[in-house]
Amino acid sequence: MSGQGRVDVEVESKRPDESSRGKAHANTCPGCGSHYRDEELAQTLRVCPQCAHHFPVTARDRVDQLVDPGSFVEEDSELRSADPLGFFDLRPYTERLAEAEVATGLGDAVVCGAAAIEDEGCRLAVMDFAFMGGSMGSVVGEKFARACESAAAAGVPLVSVAASGGARMQEGILALMQLPKTVCAIEELHESGSALLSVLTHPTTGGVLASYASLGDVVLAEPGALMSFAGPRVVAQTTREKLPDDFGLAESNYRFGHLDAIVPRGELRPTLARLLRLFGKA
Amino acid sequence: MRLRERLSKLGGMKLLRGTKLSGELERLQDQLDRLRSEPTAEEIWRSVELARHQDRPYTLDYVERIFGEFFELHGDRGRADDPALVTGLGKLDDNTVVLVGHQKGRDLKERTKRNFGMAYPEGYRKAMRAMALADRHGFPLITMIDTPGAYPGVAAEQHGQGGAIARSQAAMARLSVPTIACVIGEGGSGGAVAVAVADRVLMQEHSIYSVISPEGCAAILWRDAAEARKAAAAFKPDAAHCLELGVIDAIVAEPEGGAHMDADAAAALLKQGILTALEELDGLDPAERRRQRRAKYRAMGVLASA
Repeated sequence: MSGQGRVDVEVESKRPDESSRGKAHANTCPGCGSHYRDEELAQTLRVCPQCAHHFPVTARDRVDQLVDPGSFVEEDSELRSADPLGFFDLRPYTERLAEAEVATGLGDAVVCGAAAIEDEGCRLAVMDFAFMGGSMGSVVGEKFARACESAAAAGVPLVSVAASGGARMQEGILALMQLPKTVCAIEELHESGSALLSVLTHPTTGGVLASYASLGDVVLAEPGALMSFAGPRVVAQTTREKLPDDFGLAESNYRFGHLDAIVPRGELRPTLARLLRLFGKA
Repeated sequence: MRLRERLSKLGGMKLLRGTKLSGELERLQDQLDRLRSEPTAEEIWRSVELARHQDRPYTLDYVERIFGEFFELHGDRGRADDPALVTGLGKLDDNTVVLVGHQKGRDLKERTKRNFGMAYPEGYRKAMRAMALADRHGFPLITMIDTPGAYPGVAAEQHGQGGAIARSQAAMARLSVPTIACVIGEGGSGGAVAVAVADRVLMQEHSIYSVISPEGCAAILWRDAAEARKAAAAFKPDAAHCLELGVIDAIVAEPEGGAHMDADAAAALLKQGILTALEELDGLDPAERRRQRRAKYRAMGVLASA
């Protein structure tokens, strides 16, 4: 597993040149250099057969990997981001949103819905890093909060799969407010008696780690996933410290007590099913 | 909901004389009148500068002017005491309250000791301990927010910075006692909101509250930290915009020229703001107060539809 390649994540932004560069090498393993065809990787759940590197997974693929076939019913797919600040950096925010929607086929960076995993009913909230770096703005916060409410109403657990660079800068302070918004929604979910199972995938950083992703009754991560509040670059630049090779990775977080388990992708579905049975009311 | 929308909605309702709603209407109208016109890019940058002014009063400057018999509580009961975040007990007029606040340092030595107001997870764990104490004894919680952000360091990550910030917010969402958060300088991102999930959030006129520092935003989106002014103008971290977006509940005036011009006057104004906010919360059933607190955050954000 390559620590170097894995931590090279531009947090909270997705630049056009980077996404196209990413696409060119999307199926070349940064761990061992092996190259695969799409179908080959799909068969292994996008895990490198040579070195077990976990390639990124889109939200749609993730749902397919996890749920019983045909059981997923999407909710709140019509929600879109507004542009409350009229935000304009080098390009308008609205343009970045439109481009992300075309590129991913998603309305925003999270897909939510009802599903069953090994016949256990649940709600799912799955993020997609390809949509503006999986950044959390009003829509991600709202959809997550609604997923909590939907799970509470149905009396089933919520399974969250995170992949995010953090809060979405283009929505300014309202993006930051999605942290307490999702946190408050989890409080209500917990008071209803339902559980939150949180899965952290590469990368889960910034505001998402500092809110709902960390608040699972059980917190799992995929091998090699970066999960840090501040990204490695920011830490290196701010502190001029030499970073440990496993800085912020799931393995380090497990050692320091921030994770219940590191679960390889192939074991994720049965692991979640077991937890759903454990939290289920017989 | 945006303030103007909230206002027009409330204004359009048929009100019974003397209902609470008309009280809220009055409060919002009063706040909106204060805004006069939208702050310009120059005014926003001036707030950024004043919020970070080296002579700006810090938490402990307000503590000594606002609270009597202050007793500082140290340590997270786990592994450390974080000087970047102070907690303590004090008297607000005749009532005991719990204080949680970031503390920057005044001179180089103290700045280093206080880590420039950037807390480690230990700081947030100490804050949670103080919150639990407040809840146990029915003391209102007052927080003061003044931080560039939570500390981005190797040890901070190893000790669980993200989780600590998340859990601190959750702790605040659970409290039964009245809670007031005051942004008194820099409200920097997760490190700020960790102790700012409150029934009433006040912002001093020249404080800022933002998702990222202007320099950080500029470095990422403009690829040049020197474009911080442009970034600040774009993401609008000033108090007027935060009020307009429904993120805070009230703006607290500062003395002419900024809080640093007259710390006593700034403290008197802040104290009045806190007392007014506490009065508004008085008489609410604790469960109802908590419900309203969560509902307030639940409603934050602006959405569109496909």
